[in-house]
Amino acid sequence: MRELAYYEAKLEALSELMAADESVHLIGGSFLGLSPHRGLFSAIEKNYPDRVIAPPISELGYSGLAIGAAMAGLRTVVDLGTGSFIYEAWPQVVNEAANAFYMSGGQTRAPVVFHVLHGIRGAGAAQHSHSPQAMLWNCPGLEIVLPSSPGDVKGLLKTAARSPNPTIFIDHAQLLETRGPVPEGDGAIPFGRAEVKRAGKDVTVIATSIEVQRSLAVAEQLAREGIQVEVVDPRTVVPLDFATLLESVEKTGRVVIVDQCHKSCGIAAEIAARIAEEGFDKLKAPIRRVTTPDVPIPFSPPLEEFVTPSEPRIIEAIRSVLR
Amino acid sequence: MIPKVPRENLLELCRRMLLIRHFEERLIHLHDEERFSGHYHVYIGQEATGVPALSCLERGDFLFTTHRNHGHLLARGADPRRLFAEILGRKDGYNKGKGGTFHLAASELGFFHTSGIVGGIIPLATGTAYAARAKKSGQITVCLFGDGALEEGAAPESFNLASLWKLPVLFLCENNGKYGAGRAVGAAQSPTMAVYPLTDLPATYKIPAKQIDGTDAGAVHVAVSEAVAKIRRGEGPQFIETQTVRWPGSETNWPVVPVATDAAMAWDVSSVPEAVREWYRSSDPVLIFIRELWEKKQATKEDIAELDRDVRKAVEQAANFALASPFPEPEEALKDVFA
Ligand SMILES: Cc1ncc(C[n+]2csc(CCOP(=O)(O)OP(=O)(O)O)c2C)c(N)n1
Ligand SMILES: [Mg+2]
Repeated sequence: MRELAYYEAKLEALSELMAADESVHLIGGSFLGLSPHRGLFSAIEKNYPDRVIAPPISELGYSGLAIGAAMAGLRTVVDLGTGSFIYEAWPQVVNEAANAFYMSGGQTRAPVVFHVLHGIRGAGAAQHSHSPQAMLWNCPGLEIVLPSSPGDVKGLLKTAARSPNPTIFIDHAQLLETRGPVPEGDGAIPFGRAEVKRAGKDVTVIATSIEVQRSLAVAEQLAREGIQVEVVDPRTVVPLDFATLLESVEKTGRVVIVDQCHKSCGIAAEIAARIAEEGFDKLKAPIRRVTTPDVPIPFSPPLEEFVTPSEPRIIEAIRSVLR
Repeated sequence: MIPKVPRENLLELCRRMLLIRHFEERLIHLHDEERFSGHYHVYIGQEATGVPALSCLERGDFLFTTHRNHGHLLARGADPRRLFAEILGRKDGYNKGKGGTFHLAASELGFFHTSGIVGGIIPLATGTAYAARAKKSGQITVCLFGDGALEEGAAPESFNLASLWKLPVLFLCENNGKYGAGRAVGAAQSPTMAVYPLTDLPATYKIPAKQIDGTDAGAVHVAVSEAVAKIRRGEGPQFIETQTVRWPGSETNWPVVPVATDAAMAWDVSSVPEAVREWYRSSDPVLIFIRELWEKKQATKEDIAELDRDVRKAVEQAANFALASPFPEPEEALKDVFA
């Protein structure tokens, strides 16, 4: 299969979506963040000048506009930039989009996609490093997508844009250069299908977004010591394919959950709670979480490194559940 | 024009403008040398706004600034050693390395909270103004933000609040966009702002609003000192838009220094690469100010050269101080979450 970089796969999905469906409109233009390749997005702007809008710095306004436009039949894909900026659009995303279908008794669909680049990106400090996915998971009505590879970003973005529901599409600023196989053709990946990224019998690592890549690197390293790590990526947390996660836990009896949200009430917290509720009898060791501690993200590099769910911290957690 | 203040004050204004310029140029080199990473913004081209504007304030006044904050702190007299240290993530930085370039805060100078969220500080500034009025402390608040911040809903909401309750706050909007909204009378409207001129927005909320040339230190000094006097007299919020021409080194996402500034360029720009010469000749606020000081016989070329040398030396010492400052202990990350 051909190999692409994450940013290439993402752009390919966006251009194919624009080409295939005239109702798709893009609002915002920093889908590639501060990547040196961000200029490539201008090709899409040139090809579809009437369907790509560079909005004012008005996250609340244009997010709401996108929701309204989606209610009226367009498929709007909004780029909010850094994950932290979705907080500026909070009232429209969590109070309007999330509730629209339910509150109208199933009458009103809002097929909008909100895209952000989340996480500890390197020197982003407290206001440019957020991982808003767990807070959004507390808003029933939003689908939440967390790709971790070029193939997944392409396939999941396709599905996000075609979904009848409001969808939050969250990828990590540091994934953009990651290379990996991407199938030719449409490549859409259904929501709610976790993927076992690497099979192993000793311990399950459930990871999301960039932490999948870190966990795979750790698995490779530990394999040399004879420890077989299974890495499972939910890919979408809403809907969540819990069956696949549980199946892996059943096989290994040991589980480490890695994600970049803060520890309390994070993605890992929810998955751990469900494993404890539904898979307690399968566990041979306590569940371990590798997350960002409950502190804002500091600027200084050694402090930032200290709070990041890094490879050494994942290794330490794996060893602790194997003891 | 130069501000109508004593000669020694003029030289101090000049010193601070040069300090900002040399500090920022050195900073860009520190970034090029990979002494720090990440996105950052410099104040070059806006020195004649921040320096005279902040010279009109009193000691206890409140100030708020944005991602483009370095120049504001230096204008207010912040220690360049601790600013460099913060931007390099070192222990001796103003924020103990926790904030970095986006969030430089120096509470002793009135900078309590610097936000990297566009528009984030505008409501906060109405809040310190509200408190000062409640406590009858006489303090005023100056809120420094860019033209882009007017696109956020936080701006008009705050203008309404400030105007309704006659809060003691100066909204100082630094319009640094070459093609930005309201650049020149008759210029086309910005592609992201329907209001033109920008002063129409606060004016709608009955806030007196002025548009001035932000490269003219004298004009800034007059406008800000008048606005501050009105605010202190209890006349409520004021708004000033200052217009500057974007420094060519800030055209790209990461700043680059097209030519190291030397005060002598105020008289002779022949050493400046042709592509950027026009900016240094006609839009560089520091060089304009220097030229005027000399023309008005407030300083000789030798005075200026000496000042320039002293500032450069101080900047070099400050950078060396920061480079020698240790990184904080990793566990520092867990402190300061709660007071
Ligand atoms: C809420 C929010 N949206 C977007 C950004 C990204 N951003 C950083 S600076 C900037 C432009 C700001 O322009 P302006 O207010 O004119 O300030 P300038 O940089 O020109 O001084 C943008 C959009 C942000 N920091 N915060
Ligand atoms: Mg601006």
